[in-house]
Amino acid sequence: MTAHAMAHGAAGGEHAQGAVGVHTQKLGMWVFLVSEVMFFTALIGSYIILRWGTNAEWPEPRTVLAIPVTALNTFILICSSVSMVKAYAAAVRDDQAGLKRWLLLTVLGGATFVSVQAFEYHHLIEKGFLPSSGLFGATFYTMTGFHGFHVTCGVLSMIWVTIRAFRGKYAGGRFQGIETIGLYWHFVDLVWIILFTIVYLI
Amino acid sequence: MTAAGTALPGHTHVDDRSFIRKYVFSTDHKIIGIQFLFLSLFFLLVGGLLAMGIRWQLGFPGQAMPLGGWLPEGVAPGGVVSPKTYIGLVTMHGTFMIFFAVMPLLVGVFANYLIPLKIGAPDMAFPRLNMWSFWLMIPSGLLMLASLFVLGGMSVAGWTVYAPLSNSPDYTGVHLGQQLWCLSIVIFGASSLLGSVNYITTVINLRAPGMTWFRLPLSVWALFITAVLAILAVPVLAGAVIMLFFDQTIGTHFYLPAAGGQPLMWQHLFWFFGHPEVYILILPAMGIASDVIANGARKPIFGYTSMVWAMIGIAFLGFIVWGHHMFQSGMNPTLASAFMVSTIVIAVPSAIKVFNWLGTMWRGSIHFTTPMLNAIAFVSMFIIGGLSGIFMASTPVDMYIHGTYFIVAHIHYVLFGGSLFAIYAGIYFWFPKMFGKQLDERLGKVHFALTFVFYNLTFFPMHILGLGGEMRRIYDPTVYDYLRPMQPINVFITVSAFLLFASQLLMAWNIVRTLVRGKKAEINPWHDCGLEWTVPSPPPHGNFETTPTVYHGPYEFSVPGAAQDYIPVNQPLPAVPEGRR
Repeated sequence: MTAHAMAHGAAGGEHAQGAVGVHTQKLGMWVFLVSEVMFFTALIGSYIILRWGTNAEWPEPRTVLAIPVTALNTFILICSSVSMVKAYAAAVRDDQAGLKRWLLLTVLGGATFVSVQAFEYHHLIEKGFLPSSGLFGATFYTMTGFHGFHVTCGVLSMIWVTIRAFRGKYAGGRFQGIETIGLYWHFVDLVWIILFTIVYLI
Repeated sequence: MTAAGTALPGHTHVDDRSFIRKYVFSTDHKIIGIQFLFLSLFFLLVGGLLAMGIRWQLGFPGQAMPLGGWLPEGVAPGGVVSPKTYIGLVTMHGTFMIFFAVMPLLVGVFANYLIPLKIGAPDMAFPRLNMWSFWLMIPSGLLMLASLFVLGGMSVAGWTVYAPLSNSPDYTGVHLGQQLWCLSIVIFGASSLLGSVNYITTVINLRAPGMTWFRLPLSVWALFITAVLAILAVPVLAGAVIMLFFDQTIGTHFYLPAAGGQPLMWQHLFWFFGHPEVYILILPAMGIASDVIANGARKPIFGYTSMVWAMIGIAFLGFIVWGHHMFQSGMNPTLASAFMVSTIVIAVPSAIKVFNWLGTMWRGSIHFTTPMLNAIAFVSMFIIGGLSGIFMASTPVDMYIHGTYFIVAHIHYVLFGGSLFAIYAGIYFWFPKMFGKQLDERLGKVHFALTFVFYNLTFFPMHILGLGGEMRRIYDPTVYDYLRPMQPINVFITVSAFLLFASQLLMAWNIVRTLVRGKKAEINPWHDCGLEWTVPSPPPHGNFETTPTVYHGPYEFSVPGAAQDYIPVNQPLPAVPEGRR
């Protein structure tokens, strides 16, 4: 391992394992996710304050939102997390066909989620429910919108990872990238479960 | 990742990167640090110029500003700063200084430049993200600069952009200026995030063999803790600012009381970020001062371990004190007491640090070099700023001085007297490593002396103004009978401030002259123990020929029995007879 190669080498080599035994890429993703937690905490915390800390009128969510559709969408997103786990397991076994198959399914799940959300937005806007429709509209669109943005970024990255998988970039034990993006994917999933609970169900 | 610069390390470094990859879109942490240096010095100048506008109006209210005739009629009719422009100057001075000058100077410059060199790493963990961290600062800075000139004027809500003043053009007439402010801050947040992820990961994972946590230089510890603070605090600011942006653009009502929104929620979110931000702006300064003071006193730092724990303590406490900015917001007095106690507790770790610096200098053979002078100024000014902080932390006292010039004096004692003197110490200290040229010591000392004198003449009288009741964002103090007798103080401050600004040109001149025809620097001009001083100045791409091994802590000065008065960390300590150490 030369000093120079390390200058470019978060991607591999002995230094990648680092002083605490966690791959540098994985560690970086965890640190990034900490900041994401704080970002969503700001949004969700504001929602909690505005909804339960003020006397503002708050409609029953089910009178505005189509909960069954979103429940199905939630199920699809959770399934894409399962397929992500399967993709990683395939990568660990060096099962390249399995890796490609499960990655494609993950992309499909994420893309479906975003599409259904776009459809939901379209429907709500037609009904006249806008970000300017009181605090519920404001918080709803801000939180679900930023979550949708995160899923979209995830899908785009996942497409890129899938292309790399088809080119055999994760063969022979070089599967760190799969684990790293998997962390992000599961995080975005987890955020949605919280959002679905407090925005749609409660 | 390995396409660019495939030069193998050997006895000669063959660096075949193109000019653009080497100096413009560089992934080398040293180049990025230097890019941050020039960018933030530019913004320091912008912020300083805005401050001069503020001072002119306060010293000579209603008189035409020199060159004021060049400004458009709507901004400064007849060369006189209009009230709206004045509050805009106050807002943008704070914004530029905090987000675009001091924070990038401390974090962008020193974290980038020093962390890999000091821990024995060839570069950051994610060099490309690091490059993005710099290149996001460009659109962010440009948007903020653009906001000065747009229709409707710049933001006038203060650097804290309190809602609902900042929410709606109904109150101020400002629309685009405030929106650009928001966009700029969100991009700034992304830049800061990418940087912080890098610094944290690098310090955790890329330390050279033997560089244990408690052998890290205090500057690296400080920058690491700062990055943790930034990771936790800046996203909250981003979230809050995004909601503010939506209030202005798509008709939401997060902070507008008419529709059930909560203006106080802005204050809570902002200060949840804002108080850790204060420590983001001072911890790296403390780290730099620790390194420089131990070097200048030729003694090991006094109480290394307590220094580290004090910083960790300050960082933790920094998250539970934000309410002390809001004592007058009508909060429950019991809650205010809790915030008061937690705030005053911060004096304990801060005092530990101050006494340790004094203990380090105690009976040392102090070399009064320019960096050392600036570092000592940092400690003494930080003491004054820290003590006035205790006044504000006490709720009953704060009720009186809140929103007065006492606050302005305090913030400048910690941010200019504290952070900026430490930044100057850092620049003078590491300039030879960055550029391979030694800044002129004599010019540096003159710059230091003038800055120190005029700085105190500018900011110390503000305590008196504040206790006399002069309001913090007042446009013209002479319209109040009770403030009129203090106007000579304002004139005095204004003249001192102009001289303070002029003194800074000496530093600019020193940098330019040194870069053009400065004395070539040695590898280790300050005889320091750090790893960065074991490589050439400036260090080659990849930093170290071979990964260094670290044998001891970074402050082994004047070791008894050693041949020279410093032992670089990559050389073992000499064997010492039992009981000597």
